[in-house]
Amino acid sequence: MKARVTVTLKNGVLDPQGKAIEGALKSLGIEGVESVRQGKVFEIELADGDKAKAEAALKAAADKLLANTVIENYRVEVLS
Amino acid sequence: MNAAVVLFPGSNREGDVASAIKRISGKTANIVWHADSELPSGTDLVVLPGGFSYGDYLRCGAIAARAPIMNAVRAHAERGGLVLGICNGFQILCEAQLLPGVLQRNAKLRFMCKEVYLRVERSDTPYTRRYNAGDVLKIPVAHGEGNYTADKETIERLEGDGRVLFRYVSPEGKTDAAWNYNGATNAIAGILSEKLNVLGLMPHPENHVDPAIGPTDGRGLFESIKSVLEAA
Repeated sequence: MKARVTVTLKNGVLDPQGKAIEGALKSLGIEGVESVRQGKVFEIELADGDKAKAEAALKAAADKLLANTVIENYRVEVLS
Repeated sequence: MNAAVVLFPGSNREGDVASAIKRISGKTANIVWHADSELPSGTDLVVLPGGFSYGDYLRCGAIAARAPIMNAVRAHAERGGLVLGICNGFQILCEAQLLPGVLQRNAKLRFMCKEVYLRVERSDTPYTRRYNAGDVLKIPVAHGEGNYTADKETIERLEGDGRVLFRYVSPEGKTDAAWNYNGATNAIAGILSEKLNVLGLMPHPENHVDPAIGPTDGRGLFESIKSVLEAA
């Protein structure tokens, strides 16, 4: 079973890396870029089983390690 | 002083801090491996040293904060034991939620390796009793992620409770954005836990203890700890 956890910075948290990427995109002439926020994606392979249990496990993984909930939000998806 | 310095894969300041402890207390610190589950008996000071534990993978300090030894460090802190986290050690303490907030990438995205000026905000703590409130110390920093950030309520609580122990200031001791090198909220360089027994700071006081090398403004921190532990 494949799953994905996406971690992003909360709104209002300063993201200097995103800002630098935004500047680089603008200097490349890519049009229409208003802002960039950088995050992380974790692709996780799980043993097959109950989807609800998998989601609970991924949520625990995100709370305990993958995200720092002081500054980050996360989204858990079981893909297949 | 029975110090335990925790060694994580990628720590690199454990020797500096052990040497400062030896120089000031005369006692050799135990170097404790991250995968151990207990601190040496009689430990009265735990130090989480600087470095790049686990190569800063995931987030600075994130993986070290979940190492087996951290359960023992947490129990030591809960008993009121002294825990000092320097640089990466401060990041680990925040990730372990022994201190609030988080250390983000420096506002100007640059790794800073230089001497900075710190103001001691209060002297009635186990870490600063050999300083006076308002003293300005010259101490080195070496970090890319020292921009202290927390939500508004946390900052207000830290400030209101006097838990901000060190601030980046000008050589005259004034807070000034130009001297707040990493963009930290309220120029915060070091904070204390609620019971004042856990200290995290980004600068490296252990590197300014030897007159052969330069200033010795860091000595007071270790002398303070020594006097507290010897009086206990």
